[in-house]
Amino acid sequence: MSNQDQNIDIEQYKITTEPYYEAMGNEVALYKAAYASRMPVMVKGPTGCGKSRFIEHMAFKLGKPLITVACNEDMTASDLVGRYLLDANGTRWLDGPLTTAARIGAICYLDEIVEARQDTTVVIHPLTDHRRTLPLDKKGELIAAHPDFQLVISYNPGYQSMMKDLKQSTKQRFTGLDFDYPDSKVETAIVMKEADIDEVIAAKLVKIAHTARHLKGHGLDEGISTRLLVYAATLINNGIEAKEACQMALVTPITDDKDIRDTLVHSIDSIFA
Amino acid sequence: MTTESEFPEYRNKLKCSFGQLEDCFDDCIKDALRKLSTQGTDDYLSGASLVCMIGRGFEPVLDYLEEMPLIANSLGEEVLKMVSQAVWDMSRTPNGNSIPPFMHCLPEVSRRLRSKEHMRKFIDIIFEMMHATTGSIHGHHTTFPSPGLPDLLKQIPYLLSQLSLDGLKNWIEYGVRNYNDHPENQRDYFTLQSADSKAMLQRERHGTLYIDHERQLDLYLRSMWEAEEYLVPYSLGFDELRKPQPYYDSLGIRIPDVYDERNGVSGINRYRIVLAHMAGHKRWSQRQIADNLSPFQRIAVELLEDSRIEALTLKEYPGLKKYLLTLHPVPVEGTCDNEKESCIRHRLAMLSRAILDENHGYQNPHILDCVEKFHAALKDGESSSQEMLHIAISFTAKTRLQSDQLPKVRFENTEVDYRDDNRHMWVFIEEDDEPEDMQRKAQDADLESPEGLPPRHYQEWDYNSSSYKPDWVTLYESLHPPGSPADIDKILEKHAALANYLKRILDLLKPQHYVRVRYQEEGSELDLDVAIRSIIDFKSGSQPDPRINMSHKHDGRDFAVLLLMDLSASLNEIPEGCSQSILELSREAVTLLGWSIEQLGDKFAIAGFHSDTRHNVRYHHLKGFTEHWDDSVKARLAAIEPGYSTRMGAAVRHAAHYLEGQKAEKKLLLILTDGEPADIDVSDERLLIEDAHKAVEELSAKGIYTHCISLDKKADDYIADIFSPTGYTVIDNVDKLPEKLPKLFMSLTA
Repeated sequence: MSNQDQNIDIEQYKITTEPYYEAMGNEVALYKAAYASRMPVMVKGPTGCGKSRFIEHMAFKLGKPLITVACNEDMTASDLVGRYLLDANGTRWLDGPLTTAARIGAICYLDEIVEARQDTTVVIHPLTDHRRTLPLDKKGELIAAHPDFQLVISYNPGYQSMMKDLKQSTKQRFTGLDFDYPDSKVETAIVMKEADIDEVIAAKLVKIAHTARHLKGHGLDEGISTRLLVYAATLINNGIEAKEACQMALVTPITDDKDIRDTLVHSIDSIFA
Repeated sequence: MTTESEFPEYRNKLKCSFGQLEDCFDDCIKDALRKLSTQGTDDYLSGASLVCMIGRGFEPVLDYLEEMPLIANSLGEEVLKMVSQAVWDMSRTPNGNSIPPFMHCLPEVSRRLRSKEHMRKFIDIIFEMMHATTGSIHGHHTTFPSPGLPDLLKQIPYLLSQLSLDGLKNWIEYGVRNYNDHPENQRDYFTLQSADSKAMLQRERHGTLYIDHERQLDLYLRSMWEAEEYLVPYSLGFDELRKPQPYYDSLGIRIPDVYDERNGVSGINRYRIVLAHMAGHKRWSQRQIADNLSPFQRIAVELLEDSRIEALTLKEYPGLKKYLLTLHPVPVEGTCDNEKESCIRHRLAMLSRAILDENHGYQNPHILDCVEKFHAALKDGESSSQEMLHIAISFTAKTRLQSDQLPKVRFENTEVDYRDDNRHMWVFIEEDDEPEDMQRKAQDADLESPEGLPPRHYQEWDYNSSSYKPDWVTLYESLHPPGSPADIDKILEKHAALANYLKRILDLLKPQHYVRVRYQEEGSELDLDVAIRSIIDFKSGSQPDPRINMSHKHDGRDFAVLLLMDLSASLNEIPEGCSQSILELSREAVTLLGWSIEQLGDKFAIAGFHSDTRHNVRYHHLKGFTEHWDDSVKARLAAIEPGYSTRMGAAVRHAAHYLEGQKAEKKLLLILTDGEPADIDVSDERLLIEDAHKAVEELSAKGIYTHCISLDKKADDYIADIFSPTGYTVIDNVDKLPEKLPKLFMSLTA
């Protein structure tokens, strides 16, 4: 087993160029403080508001490898921890991403944790309290987490149903950082920088996003995210006419509800004269 | 006789001997000769002769002679024969009294319809209505004239201003269908007196109807104005004298119920502009004290404030400008004569246009000066209502004319109909202290707040016409008054053996959360048994089975069930061979079912209904989805009492309304009834059956499965027409109901 540890290429998990991130508050300092004592962190916020980008940014700043797992409903504990595979001579154990992270001392980022089933998420429990261990019961091994290991989960409280909430016992193992869409000025700056577009257009795009965000809960599960704004701006940069770009990036993906589409199209029409 | 005419050869062709004819014939024929061809003139005269022969006096003849040349000229000369033949046909029925109004409405109809094909269609519609409503007693003769026809014909000009020809047809057919056997109501309908007729008219109107776009407008306000307003439509249709204007007050925003497209601005966009304007007022306007201002000053202040709101709106949403430019009137400078009429509105409209449209081209120095001041005020920041007030007062002072006081005001091209009436702008310091004010307050206090939930209206399906009757049924929902919960506990004791048996079945039904799915090529875990077998195969040189993984899947119950109990009077009956009434048996059955479902943990609600005509359908809440099977629920169930009839459709629709709100994978509506849908105000027994069928179809479109448990032995005659072939169960042996109902439920949901 021990030679397996050396086989892991830590460099592949390191982030080489600094990801662009515009701080909205003092989340950078808060995160650093949490990492200093390897406290598990939960980042909450609507989709596309910059949660994952923030974690990447922090991993870069701290110079730690980052292992990201996108959670989904079909994911099981084995997908996180590891499983036996067959090869020519019998079975072979393969570490899952969580195990790898605990071995090499990476930041393990479980994106959209609530998408995973509750019985899956309990495997992270022993890693997130004073024990900092991961038992591999099928293999009969108990891994003590590397001193640099930290667990981060992201969580979108907006659209999930009651069924998909986290267990209290899971929730209470994390410290939390709240994220929301940045305010107009910061968001405009982000769109300008990410898509390399001028301020007037960026500001208009942000305004459209705001009209859509007012509709959250009234037929829209989620407003237009910063990510989509960057898409729209990029399309405009590629020579697409502004209204068409908005239709493609901001309206069509988020809803099939005709009334909402009409309203959004009208607001695009009003804002891009 | 003929010697008096200047046109004897034409006069001879007109076979009519009314004395009054001689006075007007020459004028009429001159007019006709100018407008008609030779053939047309012949048709015209023979048509008039035909109208004369019907013996309805001189009036129809005169109408024909006076109006037809113009109508024929615009629609084509075939109309001449068409009309005279129609009049002749009408005179052959008992509806002679309708001929004068028919002739009267023709000029207006021809102006509206503009083609002879439409005229043909119009006459056909009228005749269909006439034949359908002309009375025959015991099917012998058509002896009674149509009660509604004369009234209808009098309303035709107005109706055509509101409806397209197809809309008119639908509106008339609706009236004929529903009021054919009630002359008084029929007249009310066709004179537009009854609520129904107005509702139907609203529905058939052309243009963008508010009712169809309510949600979009709501979304619009929310998204672009962050406003959550209560929108109330008012009708433009019935107030001819004063056109109501949009306005808002503490009770909500009032807007027209319909907008037609205008100059390429669609109805929905006109709605949006109106709402944008009012939302702008809400955001940016401040109230001003009105007492010290003259009416003219106030108009000017309102106008400038409106312009300010528009300017601020356009700053926010520049794309709206193209619509405003199209909708805002364009007053032409110099068209208003200061000597003869009051030009105040004209002047102000020019000012407003000049502010909106930089290419206005107006020369008036006062207007130009004021526009400049306005733009300067809004250059940085949003200015204020107060500042507008100052600009407006100085503008009125400079441009005041003696003639502004003249009673004749020029209105043309001055109405900006997307603006509201600005009633919110003013504060009056001195309240009017008229005595009636006191009275009004006293009256308000008298109005009690209504008990329970407000009534809901549901449509009903009319199979005769394959259309819905809008808002036909009124449904009142209330909490059923409680009785003694101990009665229900007694029932459970009585059926203890059955309950034990059910409990055993229930344990089998309880969801198993995980089920293993084996033989998967991709799975969450290795299935060691299979894997070892594969390895052995592999090592022994044969083809190994690659499906060596397994995974788990959820297997839970996710049901929402609503049990709808028919509480009609027939439940009091004690069926043959039973010792208990149907009611008691139903109660026992529902008790056992409720108890079982509580054990299973499915979402479950119970409601009862009965009806006393379409105006009073009662929907009793017995158990809600979130309530547990506790004493308050048992108490309500213990107190259920039968009464009245079974109007099923509305109750089913209302139940669906609750089921729709539930989050569940499968939704089930169980209906427990003892007879067919019927009500005392419905004579056609198919009607409510068809309506219930339609309601069930609506539910299945919403993903709600409906199952009916009928205790009626004769149910086979009709029940398959309401529910799908597998969607019902007839229980012949009512005694067995308490046992069968829970079992049925379990087999439905297992």
